[in-house]
Amino acid sequence: MSDRQAIFDTVAAQIAPFNKKGVELTETTTFQGDLEWDSLTVMDFVAAIEDEFEIIITMNMQAEIETVGQLVDAVEKLKQA
Amino acid sequence: MTEAAAQPHALPAEAPEIAPERDLLSKFDGLIAERQKLLDSGVTDPFAIVMEQVKSPTEAVIRGKDTILLGTYNYMGMTFDPDVIAAGKEALEKFGSGTNGSRMLNGTFHDHMEVEQALREFYGTTGAIVFSTGYMANLGIISTLAGKGEYVILDADSHASIYDGCQQGNAEIVRFRHNSVEDLDKRLGRLPKEPAKLVVLEGVYSMMGDIAPLKEMVAVAKKHGAMVLVDEAHSMGFFGPNGRGVYEAQGLEGQVDFVVGTFSKSVGTVGGFVVSNHPKFEAVRLACRPYIFTASLPPSVVATAATSIRKLMTAHDKRERLWSNARVLHGGLKAMGFKLGTENPDSAVVAVILEDQEQAVMMWQALLDGGLYVNMARPPATPAGIFLLRCSICAEHSPAQLETVLGMFRAAGQAVGAIS
Repeated sequence: MSDRQAIFDTVAAQIAPFNKKGVELTETTTFQGDLEWDSLTVMDFVAAIEDEFEIIITMNMQAEIETVGQLVDAVEKLKQA
Repeated sequence: MTEAAAQPHALPAEAPEIAPERDLLSKFDGLIAERQKLLDSGVTDPFAIVMEQVKSPTEAVIRGKDTILLGTYNYMGMTFDPDVIAAGKEALEKFGSGTNGSRMLNGTFHDHMEVEQALREFYGTTGAIVFSTGYMANLGIISTLAGKGEYVILDADSHASIYDGCQQGNAEIVRFRHNSVEDLDKRLGRLPKEPAKLVVLEGVYSMMGDIAPLKEMVAVAKKHGAMVLVDEAHSMGFFGPNGRGVYEAQGLEGQVDFVVGTFSKSVGTVGGFVVSNHPKFEAVRLACRPYIFTASLPPSVVATAATSIRKLMTAHDKRERLWSNARVLHGGLKAMGFKLGTENPDSAVVAVILEDQEQAVMMWQALLDGGLYVNMARPPATPAGIFLLRCSICAEHSPAQLETVLGMFRAAGQAVGAIS
């Protein structure tokens, strides 16, 4: 399993408790449109991801992340830094 | 003059309608529909209350009815203080109704200097800068202090003015879980060591009325080499031996780099400020856009603020009455079985938590009809999607008023099923 796939799986596991509608997750699933998350859910989820990977996703970065794939990319990059 | 300039740009007699997808206001359709639904249910719009007359810090006439005010931030009841009013009248007569300009140009009058001096004395600091509102103080100081490549670390439940201050600037913004010392420590630990950092905290979080563990948080911030700003908007006048705020009450004198405050709550007028002991603090004036590119406060406003601040330094009786009132209201509501924002009367805000918007609105309406005004607060202003009725207490609420208030809460709470 590639590193990226492992990150995707971990991200998916973190999404699960917030995925109340059971939306199927792909690279292009969007947090706002598909998962219908409000700003409070996003805040809780980001904190959980940060703690899982021991990284910081600044609010500036969060503004650029719309899909699951983009989040996985960002985590991958931040972990290397 | 050319032909074209002489002819006003003629519009067709009937302008074509703008297509919905190009109408900039289409994005508000959801908000408009939600508000209409609320109004159609027959309630008064909670966000369109008009005070027809204001009789004292605790009484107004709303919709022709005498109403007790329990939803203003008039904590110390200074709005009708005779000395404060006299100072305003005198300034109005001597200096006119307005300044017509920026503090940087023609907008600094005698009383702007006077109120900054009053703030230095009140907080025991070397520096004080006054802004036109508390919102602008946060907008200005946060965006100016933290620049590109630097970090602002803020509590997730921060006031909108703090979030907007972050957005206005160019720094990297990092959030930590509300009031969690451990979460703040972890996040600071993950940031690169080199860049300068500003940790932004609030003494009292005004939605729930909870206070911050500033002592532990400031220690963590210092451990990681960050500077600290504390917004003490909801604590001025009645926290700490000199009424400086929660940071003073927790023994942090000299450890907080910047304190932000407002004139619109305990001081009883309008305006915002930042105080600091930093030797280069004055330089902020030269770089801060929300300070430079706006008109300064009218002379009467700064004169009332200066008088009020000096009186707050020694307002020991008011302070005691405010805390006593907070204990009576919090204790009374708790004993009735209401779910409150805090376990104890930690501040002058008592938040009554309700199940949903419908229950909150029904109860708010019942209280208003009975002659009591409280704030209805809802997401996104509230944390965690909570609907609440927020009471803010005034030193001038009388024991009889509080008894009336508690009676009204009991009746309304039972009517909507919030308590049994």
